[in-house]
Amino acid sequence: MPVAIAPPEVKPPTDKGDLVPESGGPGGGSGSDRRSDRWGDGGGRRLRPDSYQLGMWLALASISMMFIGFSSAYILGQGTNSQWRAMAAPPFVWINTVILLASSLSLELARRAAVASELKRWMTVTCLLGAAFLVGQLWIWRLLADQGIYLSGNPHSSFFYLLTGVHGVHLLGGVAGLAYLTARAWSSAARIPARASLNVTALYWHFMDGLWIYLLVLLFFWR
Amino acid sequence: MSDSAHPVVHPAPTTFIRKWVFSTDHKIIGIQYYFLALIAVFTGLALSVLMRLRLAWPAESWPWLEKIFPLGFEGGVMSPEFYLAMLTMHGTIMVFFVLTTAPQGGFGNYFLPIQIGAHDMAFPVLNMLSFWVTFLSMGVMFAAFFVAGGAPISGWTAYAPLSALGEVAGPGLGSGQDLWIISIALFCVASLLGALNFITTVLNMRAKGMSLMKMPLTVWTWFTTAILALLSFPVLLAAGILLLLDRIGGTSFFIPAGLVVSDTVIESSGGSPILWQHLFWFFGHPEVYIAILPGMGVTSQLLATFARKPVFGYHAMVVAIFAIGMLGFFVWGHHMFVSGLSPFSALVFSILTLAIGVPSAIKTFNWLGTLWGGKIRLTTAMLFAIGFVSLFVSGGITGLFLGQTSVDVQLHDTYFPVAHFHMIMGVAAIFGILGATYYWFPKMFGRMLHEGLGKLHFWLTFAGVNAIFIPMHLMGIMGQLRRYAESTEFKFMEPLQPYQEFVTIAVFVTAAAQLLFLVNFFWGMFKGKKATENPWEATTLEWITASPPPHDNFGGRELVVHHGAYEYGVPGAPRDYVMQTDPPLESGK
Repeated sequence: MPVAIAPPEVKPPTDKGDLVPESGGPGGGSGSDRRSDRWGDGGGRRLRPDSYQLGMWLALASISMMFIGFSSAYILGQGTNSQWRAMAAPPFVWINTVILLASSLSLELARRAAVASELKRWMTVTCLLGAAFLVGQLWIWRLLADQGIYLSGNPHSSFFYLLTGVHGVHLLGGVAGLAYLTARAWSSAARIPARASLNVTALYWHFMDGLWIYLLVLLFFWR
Repeated sequence: MSDSAHPVVHPAPTTFIRKWVFSTDHKIIGIQYYFLALIAVFTGLALSVLMRLRLAWPAESWPWLEKIFPLGFEGGVMSPEFYLAMLTMHGTIMVFFVLTTAPQGGFGNYFLPIQIGAHDMAFPVLNMLSFWVTFLSMGVMFAAFFVAGGAPISGWTAYAPLSALGEVAGPGLGSGQDLWIISIALFCVASLLGALNFITTVLNMRAKGMSLMKMPLTVWTWFTTAILALLSFPVLLAAGILLLLDRIGGTSFFIPAGLVVSDTVIESSGGSPILWQHLFWFFGHPEVYIAILPGMGVTSQLLATFARKPVFGYHAMVVAIFAIGMLGFFVWGHHMFVSGLSPFSALVFSILTLAIGVPSAIKTFNWLGTLWGGKIRLTTAMLFAIGFVSLFVSGGITGLFLGQTSVDVQLHDTYFPVAHFHMIMGVAAIFGILGATYYWFPKMFGRMLHEGLGKLHFWLTFAGVNAIFIPMHLMGIMGQLRRYAESTEFKFMEPLQPYQEFVTIAVFVTAAAQLLFLVNFFWGMFKGKKATENPWEATTLEWITASPPPHDNFGGRELVVHHGAYEYGVPGAPRDYVMQTDPPLESGK
């Protein structure tokens, strides 16, 4: 469990007392500190602090299984399909990889931010980097299409589009989550995101980062 | 600030929409799932009755059916393609929207939180989403009946390349197949949401004192089932995405090179149809256990309650549940013995498959051990539980035949496996659902079902399913091929026609008996005798609360669990059962 940094100057009663640092100790505060519950099942839900984390880990296990499914298809195709012609990695992929890794870094900086303004800044940077990666992916697809490499072409290019596409869809969900948290951080009326939701989003985001590296290795180094 | 010091107060939703439609209450969601499965099961049953008509009297003309299905019954005789469409939809609807939905989504949702003393699921909103995505998925699946070309004809397994080619391969393989894939993809997503909710709830939401080994076996089975769903559905989703891309994206993941269909060469960059089978069955085999495991849990619960004895070998049962679940991930190849597996991997799959016989035998032994010397109360629910054990044995034993490669080569694609999986995955699982219904109906709806009508339902159903599937085993051994709309064209199958007629008549009787159940169900909902809190004198937590339970399950009570799930006939206890929340007994234990 990450240690929450709750600087003393934010802790005392304040008008925006909603910068919710996780109450560190075990058995401490509940993970869901939403007061109003729009779905009418009461605010008294007794979630243990790690319910969101656990739920996210389970979701990631399931996402992994999906990519294991794709990977087995990939390895089988590579090993048995005589028409398989591996394409070279488009150079821009590496730049995009750096962008994605940078986004993970900035998200960590946001998570460790001591004050609200810093948190807002790094969250925004993360969102922009995430969006930039997605735009970059679309651009790479465009470049490939210009070269005549399509989804329906060689099996290897099919897999390239498939794997980057499915990864992109997952990342889009991550960007949406980050954007939501960032928007909440910026709007002065709303509360700054609860640590729990930030931690869970970060977990997801870093996982997608690692998954991207894995996909690159599979696509361009696995021989 | 300790959050467990205060009783949890749950304001119940007041508007109709929030209370009954977009409810986050796990009990309402459970009932929603149950009714969805009820609609699905009668649809699936109707399709099988139509198929049986065709099989028993292939030459007969049914002009009134032509009025209902003008395309499928031209001249009053069902076309073979329409037969295949019925077969596909029967299988799909039954496997996904009945066997996956009712035991887990229905009863699991309703009773898992109550049985562990939680006031709801860990993520109520996800739970609601999970139901509505399932609902949408079923809508999309049913829509496949009404598009041009009708429902797909590729079977519930949607084997490629048949399913990957589009309309050129046959009617229903155009938009019908597309809708099928989209529906299944939605179903996968819904199941994943449900599964992670179930697992988190079990791990995080148990009441004080509810250690893992005090959990009812039903909870253990729902938990294991959720793990299976969490890890197997994403692989089906991956396969579905690949298949959809093959159909609309121009890829050829599953389309082999040089394929010729109806004198047309299909363009392909050399995919593998076997790949579909691997991916599908990697999901498909755990799916079998997703369907049957909750039934095993219910059976344990019911046998203990109505034999007034603890479950024999509780720990062994837990281990067996897990062993069955985990082994289920490593046996998918036994569906592919004739698809071109290497003999070595077939041997490995065969050995692992037969190994599942061990935990299955442990379970059966323990069920009989639970019954042995019990003060048996033969309620309808108990009859269905005993029926489950019977079907589990007679359906499971044939799995040992099919698990051996040499025998399977002979029996593959005959009625023998059809009878086998209907007996165990279909009917036994349905008996689990029916047993659970008779047992928990008082809790869910606050009224009792009619016992006499229930017993009649049981005996007709039990006799009926045996009359249907025992002859089908024999027909399979004699070579009757599955998926054929008309077997009279083949000389060697001709003598089996009397069997076909007998089976169809048995289907009519069994299907009619299910109407008794419907009458009992709806009569019971509105007119049944009012149920008390604990009509069966059972021990688990759902029986300490009102029938039906209040919105937060226990009316704000803080529960402390002191006892195991099945403490019946404990020496020194004041009654012949000790409820889980009863104070500890004086004499030590």
